[in-house]
Amino acid sequence: MKKITAIIRPEKLETVKEDLAEKGFNAMTIFNVKGRGEQKGICLQFRGKRNVIDMIPKIQIDIVVKNDEVEAVIQTITQAARTGKIGDGKIFVSPVEMVVAIRTEESIAE
Amino acid sequence: MVLEAGDTAFVLICTAMVMLMTPALGLFYGGMVRNKNIISMIALSFISLAIVTIQWVTIGYTLSFGHDIGGFIGGLDYIGLKGVGMDGDGIPDMLFMAFQLVFAAIALAILTSGVAERIKLSSFIVFGLLWTTLVYDPLAHWAWGGGWAESMGALDFAGGTVVHISSGFGALALSLVIGKRIGFGKYSMEPENITITLLGGALLWFGWFAFNAGSALAADGLAANAFVVTMISAASGALTWMGASWIKGKPSSLGMISGAIAGLVAITPACGFVGPLESIIIGGSAGILCYGTLLFRIHKKFDESLDAWAIHGVGGLFGALATGVFAVAAIGGVDGLIYGNVGQFIIQGIDAFVAVGYSFVMTYILAKIIDKTIGLRVTEEEEYVGLDVAQHGESMEL
Repeated sequence: MKKITAIIRPEKLETVKEDLAEKGFNAMTIFNVKGRGEQKGICLQFRGKRNVIDMIPKIQIDIVVKNDEVEAVIQTITQAARTGKIGDGKIFVSPVEMVVAIRTEESIAE
Repeated sequence: MVLEAGDTAFVLICTAMVMLMTPALGLFYGGMVRNKNIISMIALSFISLAIVTIQWVTIGYTLSFGHDIGGFIGGLDYIGLKGVGMDGDGIPDMLFMAFQLVFAAIALAILTSGVAERIKLSSFIVFGLLWTTLVYDPLAHWAWGGGWAESMGALDFAGGTVVHISSGFGALALSLVIGKRIGFGKYSMEPENITITLLGGALLWFGWFAFNAGSALAADGLAANAFVVTMISAASGALTWMGASWIKGKPSSLGMISGAIAGLVAITPACGFVGPLESIIIGGSAGILCYGTLLFRIHKKFDESLDAWAIHGVGGLFGALATGVFAVAAIGGVDGLIYGNVGQFIIQGIDAFVAVGYSFVMTYILAKIIDKTIGLRVTEEEEYVGLDVAQHGESMEL
């Protein structure tokens, strides 16, 4: 299993959620986060004075899926969350050792 | 020229209560925008209050209440409050001036609905000065300062035409000039703090008693009538809007409070001319009509962002006409259409539609001039990060 962590624009959350649900990926956890990329935030020019907003609000989505589903999730998220401008976000994929359902105590490890 | 202590005390308190309505409107609007613009939205109302205060005491009051020039505008008799003293007829002239000031202030604040989340603050200040001088002041003169509408016998007890039609239709014109918010119709722009909106709505409702009853300018039976019909109309509007939206889905608290405001707007011109039962009809109809207008606005994809047009513009227009329909001579001295006075209804119609046309066209022209010269709108990046940071250097989020 893999955990997919996507950092996206907050205004894209609805679209991403809808598109994921369409493909059958309903389970997810989301967080309000702040961060910056290589550009170190957004720089506004105000009458020659620079005004840097260095931590920009984003949404983080965590989804855990089977190995063979990773490609589909990544593709869905990139397509739904892309605007083509700087600040569209990143996706990180990492291995998950085990998942336990609290209600049933059923555990899945693969 | 004798001062009445009771009347003076009453209008003093009413003036302070109406002043509270402008920041209250800021809260009402602030809760409906995204978190990155909430400070900006509330600040715009305070700023409107400050701009109009200075404009009103220097030039606005005299343009509205100076000697009549051609039925259109007041002369410069009271420029810089010259001759506006502590004496007066019933209440001090100074107090009358202050009471009128807080009305002018809230009118400009209502307009900010049309430019929410994208207005450049410096341009708003320039635009606001021009708007209150060239749109609000003439309208106040027409209705209350001896202008053509007053001479013709048009009824506007507390400013349905002067305050609400002018700002509501102005907001629509302004929103058309400034353009839609980036991502409007594409991304969710749901209200992010409904509790603040409800608090603002509560304070507006409270202040409206002073807005309407205070417009009697005396602590008398007419003020009591205005007070009671204000309460009834607000309640009726809240219930019908909530009911209508219940049919389409869940009865939102935002719809309920919007309906209350719609009822308050519609009763504003009528509150000194109609009785309790008429106010149920006026408030109830306004709730449904304004809700319908809001749905129409969304369907047409107008980004008049916080619905000043639907609630204040259309509600005010309906109120002006309803005054001509339901007026009872026993209350305000004039009968309306249902008592056979067709003439009054026609007068109300002329007054209201001229106000609609004038405020829409003038606001559109003023907005275009500002947009072409100094630009009404912030840059795309500033809009993206939000006006709180971009215009004020403050934020709820950091």
